[in-house]
Amino acid sequence: MSQTVETTAVAAESPKNSPTGVRPISWKYPITYAILAVLGLIFALTNPAGGRTHFRMASAGDFFEIPIIELPSRPAGWVLAAVLLALAAFAFRQAARRARTGLWLPLLFGVLFVLAFLVWAGADRGAVIPLVTMLTGALALSVPLIFGAMCGLVGERSGVINIAIEAQLLAGAFLAAVAASVFTNAYMGLLFSPLAGAMVGAVLVFFSVRYQVNQIIVGVVLNVLIIGLTGFLFSTALSDNPGLWNTRQQLPELPIPLLSQIPVLGPVLFDQTILVYLMYVLVAVLNVFLFRSRWGLRTRAVGEHPKAADTVGIKVNRMRVYNVILAGGIAGLGGSFFTIGQGLAFGKEMSAGAGFIALAAMILGRWNPIGAVLAALLFGFSTSLGNVLAAIGTPVPSEALLMLPYVITIFAVAGFVGRIRPPAANGTPYVK
Amino acid sequence: MKLELRGVTKRFGSFTANDRISLTVEPGEIHALLGENGAGKSTLMNTIYGLYAPDEGEIRLDDEPVSFNGPGDAVAAGIGMVHQHFMLIPVFTVTESVALGYEPTRAAGIMDMKQAREKVLEISGRFGFDVDPDARIEDLPVGAQQRVEIIKALSRDAKVLILDEPTAVLTPQETDELITIMGQLRDSGTSIVFITHKLREVRAVADRITVIRRGAVVGETTPKSTETELAGLMVGREVNLTTAKEPAVPGDVSFSVQGLTVLSPMDKVVVDNVDLEVRRGEILVIAGVDGNGQSELAQAILGIREPVAGRILLDDQDLAPLSVKQRLAAGLGFVPEDRSTDGVIGAFTVTENYVLDMYDTAPYAGGPGNVALRLPVMRKAAQTQAERFDVRMGSVDAPISTLSGGNQQKVVLAREMSRDLRLFVASQPTRGLDVGSIEFVHRTVIEERDKGTPCVIVSTELDEALNLADRIAVMYRGRIVGIVPVTTSRDVLGLMMAGVPLEEAKQQAATHHTMLSEADEMAEAEENK
Repeated sequence: MSQTVETTAVAAESPKNSPTGVRPISWKYPITYAILAVLGLIFALTNPAGGRTHFRMASAGDFFEIPIIELPSRPAGWVLAAVLLALAAFAFRQAARRARTGLWLPLLFGVLFVLAFLVWAGADRGAVIPLVTMLTGALALSVPLIFGAMCGLVGERSGVINIAIEAQLLAGAFLAAVAASVFTNAYMGLLFSPLAGAMVGAVLVFFSVRYQVNQIIVGVVLNVLIIGLTGFLFSTALSDNPGLWNTRQQLPELPIPLLSQIPVLGPVLFDQTILVYLMYVLVAVLNVFLFRSRWGLRTRAVGEHPKAADTVGIKVNRMRVYNVILAGGIAGLGGSFFTIGQGLAFGKEMSAGAGFIALAAMILGRWNPIGAVLAALLFGFSTSLGNVLAAIGTPVPSEALLMLPYVITIFAVAGFVGRIRPPAANGTPYVK
Repeated sequence: MKLELRGVTKRFGSFTANDRISLTVEPGEIHALLGENGAGKSTLMNTIYGLYAPDEGEIRLDDEPVSFNGPGDAVAAGIGMVHQHFMLIPVFTVTESVALGYEPTRAAGIMDMKQAREKVLEISGRFGFDVDPDARIEDLPVGAQQRVEIIKALSRDAKVLILDEPTAVLTPQETDELITIMGQLRDSGTSIVFITHKLREVRAVADRITVIRRGAVVGETTPKSTETELAGLMVGREVNLTTAKEPAVPGDVSFSVQGLTVLSPMDKVVVDNVDLEVRRGEILVIAGVDGNGQSELAQAILGIREPVAGRILLDDQDLAPLSVKQRLAAGLGFVPEDRSTDGVIGAFTVTENYVLDMYDTAPYAGGPGNVALRLPVMRKAAQTQAERFDVRMGSVDAPISTLSGGNQQKVVLAREMSRDLRLFVASQPTRGLDVGSIEFVHRTVIEERDKGTPCVIVSTELDEALNLADRIAVMYRGRIVGIVPVTTSRDVLGLMMAGVPLEEAKQQAATHHTMLSEADEMAEAEENK
């Protein structure tokens, strides 16, 4: 058995044999940076002379008090604009040399641009920009998006497109409110909400796997169905006896000792309800299990090349059924945020399109849990920014800012963020 | 392990794919299953592998009857299969691919990657495979992907290994390596079923040969039979494996491609700065292992894929800015590689498919602005052409999907050649066809050449390239490795298909013959005796 096969040298050859430099340079990103940097310059130019911008970083119960930060608007604006321009120039240089830059560039650029904008928007307003409130709001608004994106991700990684996330969130919100109200205990709502989402998932997967109905169509129909159903129950049973069916219940906030007292980060991340802590755990667990566990490997195999999975004895359709129902449970849980997570009673269509933004977050995050979380946070932050600015009053109409997440969604889905590669068998029923 | 089939029958509707097939594969034997495309070889193997349930008959392993509910059962019973189209997930690593379905795990289902990796290294080392366990499948050349498939089967202790057309995607040198591997496996007691339609390989590799035709066993023989005997058995009549043709009378250069570069949707360079010249009355075959940019090159010539650089010149007219329709009007005839998805529309009738790119021009259309279709004219033309191209069908009004692959391809050829051509391009025009249809396609292409049309044929089969070409351009990773005359030896071509430049390939081939070329020489000597 010592005999070995002579291998030709093909296998050893790798990226060295790369193209002769014919790939066209992509100017998309540098141009975007340049436009934003010029916008930063305009902010700097229009800052009032001698104006001041105030930021509040502190909240009650911190280890130490951070005083209100006061920045001279115009010099601060100029400094930020200069840095933005420098970064844009750097992006151009990198593009011209076909070099790749890491994730740090868009992140740094984004943070600085937002700062430049805030300095300009808050200059001489007499109001203080509450940074902590803004970030807390961002996380809160992201919670249903993150749950929704995780739901979409588990389904699509196993090959089933789920655009019924909206329906699952709404169903979760509904059942959470009703269960919490009936038992007068918010935790019972938390317990029941996954069932609602899972049921929607079960219907989706029943039609798309058993009868191979187009998954997009089933998803659309489910969205309409759940909006109609919850709306109907809301205006009948829930409105007739709101004291029984639809009282407000709120999950209590459970500050984590010590961690929650860290300035800025503490109140944002560690003074939350159990739902948010569950979300942290879920994202961490999914990230590990999707890429390092038997379940994850099989899930990805089923979503990429179901026939290959079948030839090694994996039950493709059974796997899809389980995963989509599980994913529905995740979205249902996320939906409970709208009601018991915020201490609200159920209201018609209260998920307000979050399911679709979650879908966009999943795509923007390239079907990767961490990426999807970052994208969801981006959407949450832009909404939160709009809210805060509406409160303090700005030169830009706040309605325009509220469009921001949807504009980002369009760019994300249109593939502006680079070539995206969905699971190969996504949306394709598996028939032997 | 001994594998025995007794009267295995498999029907799809009214079509009998396998008709009472009986076959015995002894332990430690390489048993070749020879038959042309569509003879039912793959169906039979999928039945053994548990993907289909047989309608009649039984499968026995070591004289015990077995029945499988799915591939999982077959694998558990010791059957391994390397599919013609690899069952590998492009974005997985080698280790993940091998582990899939049989993952070593630690607590909570977390995979033990270290153990999985060691398993790959152990098997790969045992046979000298040289496969990197951390490489991504899509980055590996097909030869290496095939070795991953073999590792996959061996890691599950396969005692019977089925190889379905394993050489279709390999260069002659890689085929050589595969033959060595098969020998090693046989010597270690594995039974091997080797499915192929290539006569040369059968004779070089097999211990025993079973020939099947139209779903039934038509003979069992040994590798001592000559190629002509085997071919006769396989096809059912006497066949000439090479198409007779006059030497080319090349005219001026009329078609050329200059510096053509094409990117994939993922922005990878798939056609890399390609230059080609084709003369009138000449067939240039673009040879190479599938997936080295040939398809993209052909698509760029047709215009369904936009190049990022380069020119496509037909008689000094640059085709690059033209639309597909304008190119066809300029005299381009095109046969796409995937008949069923790109060549014909399955639900359309033979007539409709026949006029697919001419329906809006006279004589098939009339009235103001050619808005009206002249259905009787179309029907009559389709009828005439179908007779000329010997299309076997019920009627021209039948959906084309009811025709066999060979007859569908004849309709495609009839359509493309019914116009006056200034350039003919075909991408793998004989893929999946039976011997009779292959002969027909080859003859048709040669006729077109003799009319003075420059022809570009993409082929991944070296036999076809040598049979059809006047010159051969070898493509590897998007580049033209070299353009050589048709007298070049298979060994040299094979090395070029792996990216070795011509001169170097000649030197290497002179010092190291492949087993197949040696077998060829012996066969020739035998026949000359």
